[in-house]
Amino acid sequence: MTSFDAIVIGGGHNGLVAAATLAKAGRKVLVLEAAVDVGGAARTEDFAPGFRVSSIAHVLNRLHPDVVKTLELEKHGLQIARGDFMPSVALSKDGPPLVLHGAYGEVLTGSTPSEQSAWKELRAQLLRYAGILKPFLSRRPPDLAGMSLKETAALGQTALALKKLGKEDMRDFLRVLLMNVADLLDEQLADIRLKGLLAFDATLGSHLGPRSPTSLLGLYYRLAGETGGAAGAQMLPKGGMGAVVTAMRSAAEKAGVTIRTAAPVARIIIEKGRAVGVALDSGEVLRARTIVSAINPATTMLDLVGPREIDTGFVRKVKNIRMKGDAAKLHLALDRPPQFTGVDAADHKGRMVIAPSPDHVERAFNPSKYGEFSAEPVMEITLPSLSDPSLAPAGACVLSAVVHYVPYALKEGWDAGKPKFLKAIMTQLETYAPGIGKSVLHTELLTPADIEARYRMPGGHWHHGELQADQMLMSRPVSGWSGYDTPVEGLFLAGAGSHPGGGVSGAPGLNAAKRIIAMKG
Amino acid sequence: MKAWDAIIIGGGHNGLVNACYLQRAGLDVLVVEKNDWVGGAATSRELTPGFLYSNCSYVCSLFRPEIMRDLELPRFGLQVISYEGGAVFTRDGDYLANYRDHDAHRREFARFSKRDAEAYDRYSRDVTRQCRFIQPLLMRTAPDPTSFRPRDLGELLYLGKKFAGLSAEQMALTLRFWTMSISEFLDEYFETDVIKANFALSGIIGTALGPRSPGTAYVLLHHYMGEVDGSVGAWGYARGGMGAVTKALAASFKASGGTIRTGAEVDHVLVGRGKAKGVVLAGGEEIYGKLVVSNADVKRTFLKLVEEKELPDIFLRRVRNFKIRGSSGKVNIALDSLPEFPALPKDSPVYRGDMHFTDSMERMERAYDDWKAGRWSADPFLDMVIPTTLDPTMAPPGKHFMSCFVQYAPPKVDGRDWTDADRDGFAESVIAQIAEYSPGFRDRIVHMEVRTPREIEAEVGLTEGNIFQGELTFDQLLFNRPVPGYAQYRSPVGGLYMCGSSTPPGGGVMGAPGRNAAAEILRDLAKSTSHMSPAHDVI
Amino acid sequence: MNHQPTIKPSKARTAAQGHFRTLRLGTPFQPRIDALARTQDWYNWAGYRAPHSLWDEELEYFAIRSQAALFDISPMTKYRVEGPDAEAFLDRVTLRDVTKLKPGRVHYTAWCDDEGFVLDDGTLFRLSPTRFRLCSQERHLPWLLDSAIGFDVAVEEETESIAGLALQGPTSFAVLRDAGFAGVETLKIFDLAEFPHDGGTVTISRTGFTGDLGYELFVPAENALSLWDRLMTAGELRGIRAIGYTALNRARIEAGLIVANADFTTEHAIRADRLRMPDEIGLGFMVDLEKGHFNGRRAILEARARRKLRHVLVGLEIEGNIPAEHAIVYHKKSQEVGLVSAAMWSPMAKRNIAIASLTRPYGDTMVEDLWVEIYAMRELQYQKLMKRAKVVARPFIKLDRRTANPPADF
Repeated sequence: MTSFDAIVIGGGHNGLVAAATLAKAGRKVLVLEAAVDVGGAARTEDFAPGFRVSSIAHVLNRLHPDVVKTLELEKHGLQIARGDFMPSVALSKDGPPLVLHGAYGEVLTGSTPSEQSAWKELRAQLLRYAGILKPFLSRRPPDLAGMSLKETAALGQTALALKKLGKEDMRDFLRVLLMNVADLLDEQLADIRLKGLLAFDATLGSHLGPRSPTSLLGLYYRLAGETGGAAGAQMLPKGGMGAVVTAMRSAAEKAGVTIRTAAPVARIIIEKGRAVGVALDSGEVLRARTIVSAINPATTMLDLVGPREIDTGFVRKVKNIRMKGDAAKLHLALDRPPQFTGVDAADHKGRMVIAPSPDHVERAFNPSKYGEFSAEPVMEITLPSLSDPSLAPAGACVLSAVVHYVPYALKEGWDAGKPKFLKAIMTQLETYAPGIGKSVLHTELLTPADIEARYRMPGGHWHHGELQADQMLMSRPVSGWSGYDTPVEGLFLAGAGSHPGGGVSGAPGLNAAKRIIAMKG
Repeated sequence: MKAWDAIIIGGGHNGLVNACYLQRAGLDVLVVEKNDWVGGAATSRELTPGFLYSNCSYVCSLFRPEIMRDLELPRFGLQVISYEGGAVFTRDGDYLANYRDHDAHRREFARFSKRDAEAYDRYSRDVTRQCRFIQPLLMRTAPDPTSFRPRDLGELLYLGKKFAGLSAEQMALTLRFWTMSISEFLDEYFETDVIKANFALSGIIGTALGPRSPGTAYVLLHHYMGEVDGSVGAWGYARGGMGAVTKALAASFKASGGTIRTGAEVDHVLVGRGKAKGVVLAGGEEIYGKLVVSNADVKRTFLKLVEEKELPDIFLRRVRNFKIRGSSGKVNIALDSLPEFPALPKDSPVYRGDMHFTDSMERMERAYDDWKAGRWSADPFLDMVIPTTLDPTMAPPGKHFMSCFVQYAPPKVDGRDWTDADRDGFAESVIAQIAEYSPGFRDRIVHMEVRTPREIEAEVGLTEGNIFQGELTFDQLLFNRPVPGYAQYRSPVGGLYMCGSSTPPGGGVMGAPGRNAAAEILRDLAKSTSHMSPAHDVI
Repeated sequence: MNHQPTIKPSKARTAAQGHFRTLRLGTPFQPRIDALARTQDWYNWAGYRAPHSLWDEELEYFAIRSQAALFDISPMTKYRVEGPDAEAFLDRVTLRDVTKLKPGRVHYTAWCDDEGFVLDDGTLFRLSPTRFRLCSQERHLPWLLDSAIGFDVAVEEETESIAGLALQGPTSFAVLRDAGFAGVETLKIFDLAEFPHDGGTVTISRTGFTGDLGYELFVPAENALSLWDRLMTAGELRGIRAIGYTALNRARIEAGLIVANADFTTEHAIRADRLRMPDEIGLGFMVDLEKGHFNGRRAILEARARRKLRHVLVGLEIEGNIPAEHAIVYHKKSQEVGLVSAAMWSPMAKRNIAIASLTRPYGDTMVEDLWVEIYAMRELQYQKLMKRAKVVARPFIKLDRRTANPPADF
């Protein structure tokens, strides 16, 4: 039997990144994936005969450059070209859309000249402020109990970067940091379509409305991400998100990582307070000196480790992580490409957003607080087969949409509610793309409850825990244990539930691996 | 022509506190007030014969005891009578009461949940810990984090040290606490909806936020602060209504030689060569002063009383961006007899406390959704008190005055100004809610005053009817309040200062902004502040 | 909008509304205690009206040491812990090894938070393989329920429904025997057994808080008064006396026992620096590192390994006879090193004793040249005394009769 230095639980993108990074540092690593394929919520899957789609994550916009570099992903087939950057299209019911071109709106079309210059200014400001926060993505959150010299120096650099902004800019930065996005947009912009789009982007995937304090952080989080060196840029990877994972898998295997799929872990074995191995559902026991969990922190600590091996206060903290999903995923197999009103051919390849105004987004948020869905849901739509014909039969089209503000627990229950919800979505789509309903061959709607069941993500939350100010940095996944360590010696967390959070970035996996290497684990 | 040492615009509680401290430092101070009475939003007015209305603020809770002592307010007639309880009525015909006695409190909660009953101690411990951290900051001038002056650095260092004094666990909890919603915070302690609703109200009163809005856990502290240093009687009614607070302040001010002119509305501040020289009244009268202090909110002060050309663009932009949306209204009612609440035993101390009808978090949040949509809440959140159960001076014998603080009421209705019909509809939502729990309530009403943000702005001058002179969100707290760079009570105009609730630490009848502004002014004049008590120790 | 009552509240909930009229509850024994209360000297014990003394503090103390004293412990917080995982659950919550606690046995234990700080101490009664009773000073239901996640166990608060009595003193065994509790002589120290009483049962354990021969009795509230009467009748000629807390407190100091919120702070301390680890309050002996995981294990291990323990709780013997209650402890008469939390002149030991918390290394490795400064208020004046203090072992008195088998018939 081969023995391993480290076992990584979960073959999602963070698990693969952690495994590859550890292997490159000389560890013998085994990845255990419960499903028949790696990739987690970042797979490309068949959902109808001949139709394939990126399972949950469908837009690549924050794959961390250090991950690309460390894993040499470009050598392993990942292609990122500036020409692939997709526009963001703010759809409008009664007129031409507004379009952000290039890397998050380097050019804005469809609005007035004064709005264009206001946007230019706001965009620059947002990128500047996101840039201050960006270095935090690739390191452990500051350790409040006592900072190392290195950590203090890193914080010092942030202070310096702040200082460099200049006095007034620094003041504005400090003022708006925890502000709500709607108020900021009202201060600087006039076009409600543009404001609606930004309000949507700031809140997507979180249980906040545009008027909720701190909602601007979501926009910073987005803009701290980059693609191909361009902040805020986004693209549809060729072959779907699965292609990104394939590149990661290839990098991991090249580095010597062993990957076992269809190998669900039943529990983590603890001896004398130390994680020493895992037991599979099959009963097979595998031992290693380091166990890395790249799955949900609550699943890891409460199910795989179990409350008996950890302290009550920690159990409390883990149970208090808010992780009820906020978004659903819609997949439509269409017999022909849809025509969104007023949108030109090129922009159909973009990210089309239905979020007509911040107020509309806010109204869509309200029902989700009470376990209801909005009658006029907000969503982002992509038609990936337009850029990558391999995803659909000739002449046909795939529609992949993230529908926001979808409660995990619907008051009336999803069995009864799902058909009604689908109808609301289709009505909304029909308004913006008349005739789309008639072209539907097959529909797949994944509510947060479905996502939970299919991808083993509690709550169906793609961040493995709400990404809000009180669950960020030192408080992610829980206060006192934000640096990838856990109270169980030899057990580390490396998933999206850890700092900095979700999205296909690989940052938690990379940071966790770096921590393990530093700890000589 | 006489030039006063200082002219205070506005005789609200902060203006008067500021005036008192300046006068006692030897300055010759004039307070000009547009109304025929002083008090601002802390007044008692006889709006119908025999009834005194605390027609804006209605409870004395946050007023700093250090200020009360310095200005000898008890000597000038201020008496605070403590609440004896409180309750949330539940829709099932029961109620959840708050009792002052610790064990009674626990037993009351145990009627709903044994677990929650025992969770209260931990909740109260954690909130107290947060209060203890922040309370000493109320009476200190906020540092400017962009400045490298020794004073600001010193203040930052003080903050840093205070923070570092916490355990790592406490630091993490503090950071989390500041950005949490009151709803999420309560979820970590309690399981019963009505118990959460009971505590959540302190996180939203006066704000334009709902219980699920991040940052409302922090707001809680603004309402708990009074209890930290054990100021006996900190929560209660001012005998004679809230006007008694400002009456005592005015008396203290006059006793020390100060002058008040009522019925004197300021049209604008006289500025010459970038320096404030006095004020011009609405009638055209010019009054000169070596310095001018505005008790008005920052928007009123700089967008109405000072000419644009005197102010830097960036300052103006920030003032315009200051968020001051009103969120509450007031319904003040004269009653010919004490209303009955069949759910409540007749001998319950709850009659002598604050009563509420919002028994679930969802109802509270939905009330906020209405505000966001530009409507008053169909099912509003009420904070209702009957001060005459403890203070017979406010109503004729056997009759009662009831104050209902109502949330939410938007500054504009569907984007347009309030109409009289809107106001009546707003009042009806309140009366209907009370009548649901108090049969025959309507028949007891003798007179009623309804105040929407429109009325509050018109009478008290609070822009958009915001009772805190500016919303209490992160972007408008501490060194960001009222605007970045001007959180130390000064303004871009030399000799023009701010002392209202727009400035740190913010709103409530606390007096701290008025006091802190006086400290800064005296510092600029190189005068002693030895007559100003420092913040009480928190040990 | 719906203001209409939807679901009627439960009868029990509305029936309990009137509690606000009685802020201090009586215990199930209150009619008897009220009848004996000559001093009317009450205090608030967890919301109950409890006596400081009943008729004479001094004589009440001597009832403990020379006769039999009856003390009402009903206000103590009581939790019933029951289920297949009850043992495993308590093993995880508390410091000591619960698997070693046999049915029919009691042990004194404590429990900690994640940081290894003591939340409270208490006694754990194992009533059967799957049924326990946990008694403590403070209330901990949320902590216990959150600790029960992942265990097949039910935790129920039963403070009001179970009445408790401590019967302490040399004649306590004789009283029980004469009261007809057949077989009580077989109880060894820390044993418990159930006995029939008034159509129900009473649980009697050979435990107590006095360092003397003694028993504790738990009975359903409805059978409380008949139990009281049964004991009083049987004890008449053995000098049985009801006592208040002042007398009990003296006995417990002599026994060197610590009290939550008097000698150490508990879960609800507001000042985080007041919290203490087991090793800092003399409870280090409870920590069992050989058993499985328990709350605070990691932090306690780390504190021991990294020498992060800052305090130590010691017994002191102080020269003279003036009690040193709440006196500050000095090293070389000048450096402040700690505080006395309880002190008295011990009539049994004839020594001036105290329990104190010191900052290490004082009291730990440095035990020489310690002093206490006593502020004795005498007729509106402090008489300040600087007295030499010596670290001594607890308990301050050791009585053979406490553990003698069979218990002696005094």
